[in-house]
Amino acid sequence: MEKILYLAHVESDGTLSKAALESLGAAVELSKKLSGSSLSVGLIGSQAEKAAGSIASCGATSFFAVSGPEFDCSRYSTDAAAIEALGRQTQATLMVAAGTSRFGRAVPGATFRLNGRIDSRITGFTVENNSFQIQRWFYRQRMMSTQTRAQRPWALLLDPGVFSPWAGQPGTTSVQSIAVNLPELRTRVLGTETATTGPQTIRPDAKLLFVTGAGWTKKQSDGQPHVKEAEDLIINFLEKTRASLGSTKSLVDQTGDGQQVISLLSHINQVGQTGSTPRHQKGLSTCCHGEEPHTVGWRFINERRAINLDANCGWAQGKADVLYVADAFQVLKKVNELL
Amino acid sequence: MSAFHIIVCGSLVPDPLQTLEPITSPTGPGLKNEAMLPAVLDPWAGHALYEAANLAKNNPGSKVWLVSLGPKAKLQQLMMTIAQKVPFELVAVDGSASGFTDPFEAANALSDAIAKIPGLDRSKLLVFGGCASASRDAGVTMQMIGEKLGICDQFLAVDELSTPGDGSLRILERIEGGRYQVSSCQGAPAVLAWATGKLPVPPNNPQVGMMNMRAIMPALQKAVPAKVGSEGVTFSSVEVPKQKRETRIVKDMPVDEIAREIVAWITA
Repeated sequence: MEKILYLAHVESDGTLSKAALESLGAAVELSKKLSGSSLSVGLIGSQAEKAAGSIASCGATSFFAVSGPEFDCSRYSTDAAAIEALGRQTQATLMVAAGTSRFGRAVPGATFRLNGRIDSRITGFTVENNSFQIQRWFYRQRMMSTQTRAQRPWALLLDPGVFSPWAGQPGTTSVQSIAVNLPELRTRVLGTETATTGPQTIRPDAKLLFVTGAGWTKKQSDGQPHVKEAEDLIINFLEKTRASLGSTKSLVDQTGDGQQVISLLSHINQVGQTGSTPRHQKGLSTCCHGEEPHTVGWRFINERRAINLDANCGWAQGKADVLYVADAFQVLKKVNELL
Repeated sequence: MSAFHIIVCGSLVPDPLQTLEPITSPTGPGLKNEAMLPAVLDPWAGHALYEAANLAKNNPGSKVWLVSLGPKAKLQQLMMTIAQKVPFELVAVDGSASGFTDPFEAANALSDAIAKIPGLDRSKLLVFGGCASASRDAGVTMQMIGEKLGICDQFLAVDELSTPGDGSLRILERIEGGRYQVSSCQGAPAVLAWATGKLPVPPNNPQVGMMNMRAIMPALQKAVPAKVGSEGVTFSSVEVPKQKRETRIVKDMPVDEIAREIVAWITA
């Protein structure tokens, strides 16, 4: 008889983020499949009552909230204390939450306080004969496991972009407020800032991921590199398509090597073995090279196309749906004209 | 200027260029020929180490320890490759570095080793590590280490740490949408799990290597055995996905036509 606690941090306007609604969808599905289980909701933030109303019809039997101005910002000490209090109040055996940066920071520590265990980056789950198993990747998306565990409480951080968001009617519900004993607050959140000085190029909700490889900064057919031209072409393409920009490690590493680089790229754009593995419907890679360890950067891209001068490139062969053997400078210039 | 006692938690992972194949062993999943696979310092832990060394260099009186959990023989090999990078003192914990071990157990082993370091001043303590490993890739171990050490100020996916000079810390953490959260912490103790940071890999320095190696070999000999596994976890399967796509290779198509095809695909 699992006691499922769905955890979410509430946005400043009282809404729940897409990732939070996805994890709610998963929690609701899980509670339906695990016979005899119960579902509770635990919300963190000043606008918790408004958020609770928006998901009142999700099937949860009880709603709890940790509210107050201290809990509006993403901070380890306050978030971990709130999650710990919600876990103790509900005596949850399973805690389901979105793997956001905020919960990725706070849920592991809170779980430790509850003497529980945690699994993160979960991409799926199955329930058979009332037995619950999760799927997650190891070695940076190179192998996938199906596993379960005996310890409780068991916290589950779900990868955003995998599960269907919960959709239902808002309503009214009573929310029980939970008091939290906070430690001395030694950290102040000052705000947020963009990671690069140029235009914002990381767009998680974009339909298209545009992956740039080191070939953009190499010598071209005239024996000279054309980094400025490459940068203009890429910026123009991003402006026209609103695509998200990814990069291979070799390209972003050139910043540290003192080479001429494409200025709008930073390590935050890096996809692959030591970068991110974003989820987009389509992906277009250009001038990318490399074999399996590097190509994990677009493992979760559904439709993939590549432009490369090498027909045998490991980045595209067997990995992309279409490989255009062509000069990316020329192709992208024409694409921009057509767009 | 503040002096810091900086602990860097970091261990070895298989060289990313190696082909990895999962196997089932009596103790759970593992990698085929795991003991023979060339290993490297986990990339994010590496960034944490270089940032720690830089912070120590800029704050006289600071010291860096590298606390590393892994099979002793493999740790020795690893030290040969990183000892020349930056000055540090090794604290070795002899146990499994497999990605399939549980982070709770790894955190316990590492925090126990940290707590036993002689002369460690908690008022100066900064615990560094990677924001995730390239093996387990869970991103949860550092928070548990912090909890066990009683540290309530923790930061994940850090790319920049600056010290204004009054003992406080200004920290940039990666958050969603390519943005940074900017925080100010009153000072040590704190846990910082690093993303890539801002520093390049330092060049090898033979003098640093010689200085480090004097203490590394005794540290390896003193490595405390730790039982790190995955108690309570049952793996039904671990497999490499067979995802080979039928790639249509388009050669000799005029650029205009390729562009038209791509635009039609993007806008569809």
